Amino acid sequence: MNKKYGIGTGILAGVLLLACTLTCCKSGGSKGPKEGATVEVPGSNTAVYEDIKKAEKIFNALPSPLESAMLIKSAGAKFDQSLLNPVANSGNYVTNRSMALNLGIYTCDLSFASLYEQTQLIIDYMNSAKKMADGLGILKTIDQPTIDRLEENINNSEVIMEIVSETFMNSSSYLQDNGQEAIAAIVLVGGWFEGLYISTQLVDLKEFNGNKLVGRIIDQKLSIDILLNLLNKNKGNPAVDEIIGQVNRLKTVFDKISITTSPVRPEYDKTTNTTVLKSEIKTDMSPAVFKELATIVAEIRSTFVK
Amino acid sequence: MRIYRIIPVLALLIIATTVNAEAQCKAFAKKICLPELGSYTHDGNYHAAVLVEGEEAELYKTFYSDMDYRVAICGEEKLPNIEFRILDANKNVLYSNKDANYAKTWDFKLQSSQQLKLVIKVNSFNKQGETPASGCVSIMFGFKVKK
Repeated sequence: MNKKYGIGTGILAGVLLLACTLTCCKSGGSKGPKEGATVEVPGSNTAVYEDIKKAEKIFNALPSPLESAMLIKSAGAKFDQSLLNPVANSGNYVTNRSMALNLGIYTCDLSFASLYEQTQLIIDYMNSAKKMADGLGILKTIDQPTIDRLEENINNSEVIMEIVSETFMNSSSYLQDNGQEAIAAIVLVGGWFEGLYISTQLVDLKEFNGNKLVGRIIDQKLSIDILLNLLNKNKGNPAVDEIIGQVNRLKTVFDKISITTSPVRPEYDKTTNTTVLKSEIKTDMSPAVFKELATIVAEIRSTFVK
Repeated sequence: MRIYRIIPVLALLIIATTVNAEAQCKAFAKKICLPELGSYTHDGNYHAAVLVEGEEAELYKTFYSDMDYRVAICGEEKLPNIEFRILDANKNVLYSNKDANYAKTWDFKLQSSQQLKLVIKVNSFNKQGETPASGCVSIMFGFKVKK
């Protein structure tokens, strides 16, 4: 009896451990021990709080496709349809990796088209994004009522942005809640690369100095480590490993750009109820480094959309 | 033999409870936290997790000088106050909602683009002998182009 009980207990522990492993990976952020983490330990719950210490979560937040598109527009760039990934390509993507990358890419293109009020393109790119989401098994994220709502409000840019934001959040949350963190990360990478690709292609080298869009491209250096951390959390997945190699190549070029920031001074503005984070920034990117960056971004992006 | 009947039931129960908690977390984020962004456009990113009292989470994000931002951090009612701090790259605290009566939102803009770190901590009820409270915590960002 004792032996049977022992085996049963072992199986029970094993199954429970497996169940915990499966479920504990679905909390949106990544988890891992952290040095120097402080957690209050109230009385008899010490053991529970020891486990909590190990379960700390870290979120690596890349700019969303909508934010990337907004940054391009706010820099005064013009719309150029030829830079978008043609919707006709959507039939080429059959692997999870290519569908995830192009869900991010098409969502960025959709955001770009929305901000420039390209009505027909908005519907076309929403359908392409839907095709990628459907292929990834993301159910009901972009359903027919969403498409209908989009068509009904095609001239209302605020509602369009709301729909784009909502559908992107639904995709991300579905993937995270279903243990597909790696796919969720790849979607974000696709969107980020597309924003960077469009930006680099829109820069006119004759107006390089003082170009606001060049400033936005330099700012992306601040996100490259966030991007790598996001991917490294999913290391071991072959699709992710390949992208890590590509991002590392890009990082070597970003490393040639210098950014120096003075200490940040928060100043509260009572009239607007807003805090202004004041600091001065000095950046340096030569046209040669920019060309190198633009070339490598285009090269990597071409592997994503082929 | 009873143990063999209990094993799959327990395993399923754990999986079902957690998956359900995550689904509820998404609904909480959309229904409760999203409206906190008010007139700001939600960036579309989803950051939410089930946290237990005393637990901390961190978020790293680049913010741009062309935008006005609102961050909204919301916790379910069953949780104690959620404290959040915003730190710069040198770990200087730029804002703490503890100084603003644990406000759920903070509006800010930047003179120059910066990578900032958010540290979120679920406070503790300090009730000895009781199971610590757990619930969904959601982090959302809204933006507007600076006028």
